[in-house]
Amino acid sequence: MAEIHGALAHQFDDPEQQVEASTLGMWTFLATEILFFGGLFVAYIVYRLSYPQAFAAASHHLDILLGTVNTGILIGSSLTMVLAVYSAQMGRSRSQILFLAATLALGLAFLGIKGVEYQHKFHEHLVPGAGFQFSDADPRHAAIFFSLYFGMTGMHAFHMVIGAGLLIWMALRAWRGEFSASYYTPVEMVGLYWHFVDVVWIFLFPLLYLIGRH
Amino acid sequence: MDPHAAAAQRKTYFLVFGALLLLTLVTTGVAFINLGPLNTPVALAIAMTKAALVMIYFMHLRHSTFLARVFAGAGLIWLLHFITFTLSDYLTR
Amino acid sequence: MSVIAETTVAARARPPRRHYLNVNYGVRSWLLTVDHKRIALLYLVSVTLFFFLGGAAAVMFRLELLTPQSDLFEAETYNKLFTLHGLVMIFFFLIPAIPAVLGNFLVPLMIGARDLAFPKLNLLSWYVFIIGGIFTLIAAIMGGVDTGWTFYTPYSSTYSNSYVALTVTGAFITGFSSILTGLNFIVTIHKMRAPGMTWLRLPLFIWSHYATSLIMVLGTPVLAISLVLVALERLFQFGIFDPRYGGDPVLFQHLFWFYSHPAVYIMILPAMGVVSEIVPCFSRKRIFGYTFIAFSSLAIAILGFFVWGHHLFVSSQSVYAGLVFSFLSMLVAIPSAIKVFNWTATLYKGSIVYRTPLFYALGFIGLFTIGGLTGIFVATLPIDVHVHDTYFIVAHFHYIMVGGTIMGYLGGLHFWWPKITGKLYPEGWARFSALVIFVGFNLTFFPQFILGYLGMPRRYAAYPDEFQVLNVMSSAGASILGIGYLIPLIYFFWSMRYGPYAGANPWDARGLEWTTASPPPTDNFDYKPRVSQSAYAYEEEQKVG
Repeated sequence: MAEIHGALAHQFDDPEQQVEASTLGMWTFLATEILFFGGLFVAYIVYRLSYPQAFAAASHHLDILLGTVNTGILIGSSLTMVLAVYSAQMGRSRSQILFLAATLALGLAFLGIKGVEYQHKFHEHLVPGAGFQFSDADPRHAAIFFSLYFGMTGMHAFHMVIGAGLLIWMALRAWRGEFSASYYTPVEMVGLYWHFVDVVWIFLFPLLYLIGRH
Repeated sequence: MDPHAAAAQRKTYFLVFGALLLLTLVTTGVAFINLGPLNTPVALAIAMTKAALVMIYFMHLRHSTFLARVFAGAGLIWLLHFITFTLSDYLTR
Repeated sequence: MSVIAETTVAARARPPRRHYLNVNYGVRSWLLTVDHKRIALLYLVSVTLFFFLGGAAAVMFRLELLTPQSDLFEAETYNKLFTLHGLVMIFFFLIPAIPAVLGNFLVPLMIGARDLAFPKLNLLSWYVFIIGGIFTLIAAIMGGVDTGWTFYTPYSSTYSNSYVALTVTGAFITGFSSILTGLNFIVTIHKMRAPGMTWLRLPLFIWSHYATSLIMVLGTPVLAISLVLVALERLFQFGIFDPRYGGDPVLFQHLFWFYSHPAVYIMILPAMGVVSEIVPCFSRKRIFGYTFIAFSSLAIAILGFFVWGHHLFVSSQSVYAGLVFSFLSMLVAIPSAIKVFNWTATLYKGSIVYRTPLFYALGFIGLFTIGGLTGIFVATLPIDVHVHDTYFIVAHFHYIMVGGTIMGYLGGLHFWWPKITGKLYPEGWARFSALVIFVGFNLTFFPQFILGYLGMPRRYAAYPDEFQVLNVMSSAGASILGIGYLIPLIYFFWSMRYGPYAGANPWDARGLEWTTASPPPTDNFDYKPRVSQSAYAYEEEQKVG
């Protein structure tokens, strides 16, 4: 079995220990992310319970088609991501890079559509602040909804940008031949991060886009 | 990995992907149906199912150590606790 | 019967030829190190600087409080001073000090590992700490923040005319330092214990750092998002905490205290871990109730997340929620009490050896008990209505943070100083400064219990005349306390150059860190550690290898 130079860090006794430690480390980090986004979810719950009509009215102004399409795109990117990890596991470097690139492309598509949505909101005067206008319900409470909308999707988008950077880095390392069937832990860890960002969106979508649509 | 197991794993990924897309369409569709107070719980249940599918199959919790699953669950449980106790204030004011 | 090496015996010891301090020289070898021991020293220097900065702020406002009038500073300046004091002391000293200095140094040594699980993340953690500190200092220099370290909305998010966004950014960044350290410790303790080092053989210092790390990882992210929301509200007029939009300012308090209450357990648990190491060593006895102490650390960490509403008793939080939080706050005292009983039982009928680390540990036990008991007082709803936002609360948390944590930190520094530097500190000066600190501390903070109960509010530059005598006592105590803290700074430096060599185990303590040289080699052990003894086996010889 070919040894990848520097694959076993000096503090570890064997590769299994390294993989397990890395996995636990990434899950610990994802737990911190759950609580980080969690604070926003707490704020959302409190205000949705307090101002249900305003939240429903505000939610109607979000583009349900773009939101659904974006959800599909992100789920697709999770598929390509897991297939990238799978390719790494099989030692198929080329497929790995292609799937990483596909994941990146889908992620960028998601961000592009998000950018379009944000632009629409700006033109519709739905960005909180001095220019905010809303007539379908109490505008103050609608402003809170849109604050949470921009805060939560903005924070999510920021995490996707970081994810995009990580994907590029992994693709570079794969291209340099740093991974093999016996060592692909970094790709797997980036995969965990990417899936997590997908999970956050899985909750954001119904909570923001689908309030009181009937 | 043995080729049979590998092929089976690939197939699982595609099945899960299909299920996730389907559930997405369902959640959007159901939003337009008036279920009264059940709309939100249904939407959340679908979201939780999708999240579980991603975590178990895409994030490999299915094949992970017990400890990894504990770590994964800990964050979720802690968030639930945070939500519950904060609501204990707002719902009893 | 083992005897603690006297100074003359230690003086014959020689340090190892190559160890982690002399393996290479130069600024780059320190700033780019991944050795947990060097990173611990980077933190030691940083937290010491921050400690004296926070202390300087305290000197300023204790000078102001010598007279009833607000005559030394304008009210807004006074507000900025106590805010700086709180921010610096909490985020840049109390939270990192023991975990990032002693924890970083000792965790791998105590479990028999070569380093932490993620050495590069460890270095990143220090850099993140420094960058966060620089942001906060820049904000302070530009004019600072007058909201109190608690950043209550809507004052912080809407009305304050100070550098809130910049300061919360600094605190936000520093939070990641905490998260990375906690993550590192958790994975290390799970995965990198030496053969034979089962969970129930771990030193209690490790158990307490594990529990602390759980809190760091589960709590700090919520602080992060709270601070982000304040910054967004300030910059973009979001309205989430703004009553004019239907926002609830108390929501910020829920988000903030969900972290900041567990944060106080981040500050105390490591100190309790230090005490659990010192007490058996200087009683020459196994610790009483090892398993109880180990699990009490976990209990404190978990229960600590269930009580944050006790900071919101008078905020308009629901009375029913207040009742629940009050009850749970009483419960969280139980595991702390268990520790105090077990330390006491360890000392009872022990062969006590009086050295400076034990003096600090004894100081901790007494002062923490007072602080903890007053915590029960204020957990009682009607009492808190009377003393909330008074000096009673200030005294309560200073008894725990200073009388507890700082005593624990100093005790730990003295106990492990020989291991870290290979040198002995001067015992006579150390005892003297411990006494000065103890006297100065009580003179500073005991009068504050009385002041608070009599009604003096906190965070005020001016006060009614009848409170002057107690305030003067408090300020006098603070000057004594300050001198007490300066003396160790001097002799620790002195000892690095002129102190006698310590040898591997000057205290004849038990624990893997004492089986390796002082200072240790870069990879910690020259042999592969294998554990066959339980912890604190003071009735046996320390088994090596």
